[in-house]
Amino acid sequence: MSKYTPHTEQEIAQMCAKVGVNSLDELYADIPNEIVNPTINIGEGASQFEVYAHIKSLADKNKCYSAVLRGAGIYDHLIPPVVTSLASREEFVTAYTPYQPEISQGILQSIFEYQTQMCMLTGMDVSNASVYDGAVAMAEAIVMCCERKNRAIITGKVNPQYIQVAKTYCYAHEIELIIVQDKDGLVDIDKTTHMIDDQVACVVAQCPNYVGLIEDMASIGQMTSSKGVKFVYVFNPISASILPTPAEVNADVAVGEGQCLGLPMCYGGATLGIMTSTKAMSRRLPGRIVGQTTDNRGNRCFVLTLQAREQHIRREKALSSICSNQAHNALRASIYLNCVGKVGLVQIAQQCIDKSHYLAQQLCKSGGKLKYKGEFFDEFMLEGGINTVERLKEQDILGGLPVDNDTLWCVTEKPTKSVLDCVVEQYKEAK
Amino acid sequence: MKLVFEQSVQGRMAITLPASNVPSYTLQCATRKTQADLSEISEIDLVRHYTRLGKQVYGVDNGFYPLGSCTMKYNPRLNEQVVELEGFNNVHPTQCPCETKGTIEVMTNMQQDLCAITGMDYVTLQPAAGAHGEFCGMLLIKKYHQSRGDTLRKKIIVPDSAHGTNPASANMCGFEIVTVSSNKEGGVDIDNLKQIVGPDTAGLMLTNPNTLGLFDKNILSITRIIHDAGGLCYYDGANLNAIMGMCRPGDMGFDCVHLNIHKTFSAPHGGGGPGSGPVGCKQMLAKFLPTPIIGKQPTVEYSLGKVKSYCGNFPVILRGYTYIKTLGSSGLKQASQLAVLNANYLRILLQQDYTTAIDRICMHEFVLDVKDYHDNYSTSALDISKTMIDYGMHPPTMYFPLIVHEALMFEPTETESKQTLEEVAEIMHKISIRAKDSQDDLHASPVTTPIGRVDEVKAARQPILKYQPQ
Repeated sequence: MSKYTPHTEQEIAQMCAKVGVNSLDELYADIPNEIVNPTINIGEGASQFEVYAHIKSLADKNKCYSAVLRGAGIYDHLIPPVVTSLASREEFVTAYTPYQPEISQGILQSIFEYQTQMCMLTGMDVSNASVYDGAVAMAEAIVMCCERKNRAIITGKVNPQYIQVAKTYCYAHEIELIIVQDKDGLVDIDKTTHMIDDQVACVVAQCPNYVGLIEDMASIGQMTSSKGVKFVYVFNPISASILPTPAEVNADVAVGEGQCLGLPMCYGGATLGIMTSTKAMSRRLPGRIVGQTTDNRGNRCFVLTLQAREQHIRREKALSSICSNQAHNALRASIYLNCVGKVGLVQIAQQCIDKSHYLAQQLCKSGGKLKYKGEFFDEFMLEGGINTVERLKEQDILGGLPVDNDTLWCVTEKPTKSVLDCVVEQYKEAK
Repeated sequence: MKLVFEQSVQGRMAITLPASNVPSYTLQCATRKTQADLSEISEIDLVRHYTRLGKQVYGVDNGFYPLGSCTMKYNPRLNEQVVELEGFNNVHPTQCPCETKGTIEVMTNMQQDLCAITGMDYVTLQPAAGAHGEFCGMLLIKKYHQSRGDTLRKKIIVPDSAHGTNPASANMCGFEIVTVSSNKEGGVDIDNLKQIVGPDTAGLMLTNPNTLGLFDKNILSITRIIHDAGGLCYYDGANLNAIMGMCRPGDMGFDCVHLNIHKTFSAPHGGGGPGSGPVGCKQMLAKFLPTPIIGKQPTVEYSLGKVKSYCGNFPVILRGYTYIKTLGSSGLKQASQLAVLNANYLRILLQQDYTTAIDRICMHEFVLDVKDYHDNYSTSALDISKTMIDYGMHPPTMYFPLIVHEALMFEPTETESKQTLEEVAEIMHKISIRAKDSQDDLHASPVTTPIGRVDEVKAARQPILKYQPQ
């Protein structure tokens, strides 16, 4: 057994004496006899070296592919070494939520910079300090919009996991959720318009959507504005550097998954929920928000603010109970965006476009067919292709995601041309 | 300190992408009107920026961090080493389970260990934080009553001393909140509880030890009263660090619990997350658990759905698992016992100068009530906290629980040494003397920090929530 406690036996005895007990067990006299000292069957501890060997052996049981051509919500992008290095600074890692601004300016400023970057990407007025993930961000956005109305519409091809999470949140908040089927992989604007009545609070659409297509968000935004309902835009932070911003298409709330900004795939765990809104909606945003102010010496400084929205002040009247968020992942995303910068992010987005279109075109030249006609960003649905995915395992390549009988492919800036050519070869041979 | 945007120079870059080697493609759709005005900065300036920011952060690695209810124990380096393993980081969540056996085994083992520690039958690792776990647990309770056609059970009982997340999470699930008052020891007032329960009771949310740091001796009666009324009992695991291996929520009569891996099981808090808030439940709630279920399979035909994408904050779960494997059952028990010993030792030392809200043996934390300093010397809990910063310490939790007006809640955790606690007590003694000295003004503290006290009112009244170039 290893331990992280400094106490010697002698010190324990001295401290017990000072406290006025004869043993450590005596400290627990309040626990009823019937339940004290249970057996805990988790085995005994081990040295750090043995534990590392055990954990490493588990990690080695996983299969890591040398190239990943799959997204569907979790993306394999290049991660600059400086991102991991800086985010690992122990102060950032071992601090709590910055409740004491005088000794937390580093974290508060980093969140303020993160909020600014999210507003730059989306064009929105306000960002919070993050929520648990993209799916929760979308669900919380629906809850934000349902102020006096209790019906929400999700339209088009929205990530199915996000819809599942939204269903749970809507069940909890007693909001009726309506799912409007897509038309040829895109939002059916006419059908969606007809579904809007005086109880509908908001319309949710994702762009690029789950099957990779770029939606006509401008028309959806015009429609929601004219109908007087809120518009929730689910965006991708990488494509956001190129596509019209949520603000430009009249979104009221823009949410997204920030895993693509310098975070590993890690089985979809520990990602980043981005939430931004218009100024008008800002007081309904959940979670932490950092604001700029001054200290008693006149310096610019940063502090957690608009806390009257939050659970520790409003208790049962708070819209959300979120307390801990994904702060350290927001820090990572912020470092990533500073590292790639204004030009680099556009370059990355353009390479995603170039490489995904190259693969799609080569597959089509080899007899493949895309399931949908619309313009896509870096993901596309190929008719069939499941055999190819199977064959690619042998080539150490994780192919597209099987969806019914088709496959959803994603090409980021990371795979090389030779990987893409290999996919095409395997596709030809599989046919 | 300059913002990163104020260091930006057009044309600088900290990244060079590999050449693409494929033809360029131009999207045939509208593009954004103006480029996102992200910073343009060199790698060295980026490194220096975050190094400067890091120096203005106080973490557990920097020193004493007795933030009550937050369990700021040492975050072992071994945990940080294992989360960097490629094998865990480079797997896509949609890969075949046969290719992610390692990740699945970590989660399966972790679920079993947490069942053993809490006395529950099943655990889900999906919730991303404590409050998220509460939300998930409240949904289990909601589903349970609904599945039995017991639709009148709309009320959740929460003590007036509870964490704010408790009533907020219950409210998110459409429950009405009924407050039960606390007795002298911060425990549940049994008489009041008996008056409140009834056919409309869905359940009770409770943390034990309570937020005054005391173990509620009546716990078995409390859970029995709720069960007799047809309600369920939810355990807020924020304070589990006091009792690991000493007793289990399941044995106390709780039906459902959440844990905080980032508190009790040594995962670092990362400046506000990511955390991990696994939820455990007894058999009768298992069929409502979120999907997917990992490992041991209950039927989840009535699943509440999903509270988050995929399976949870894996790196946080992995750190907790590593910690559990390192300490084992006796190590966890000893950690709790020493957390309680440390709290009591510090309590005794501080009682020379300060009054505790309750004068008796506490669990892992205790609450000072500095009302006498406030009334007699115009020195508030806030003033004392800010002065502690000048002596190189992180302040305790202030003004919580709400039932103590000038509260300072100390949770030293088990990883602090006897010497550290004695040094803390000496500093607190100095602060006490200064507070009583009319010539000394603690309202000005801290004075040693890069910034002084901040104008929070201004921040809220004239919100500036992003960088605005001059």
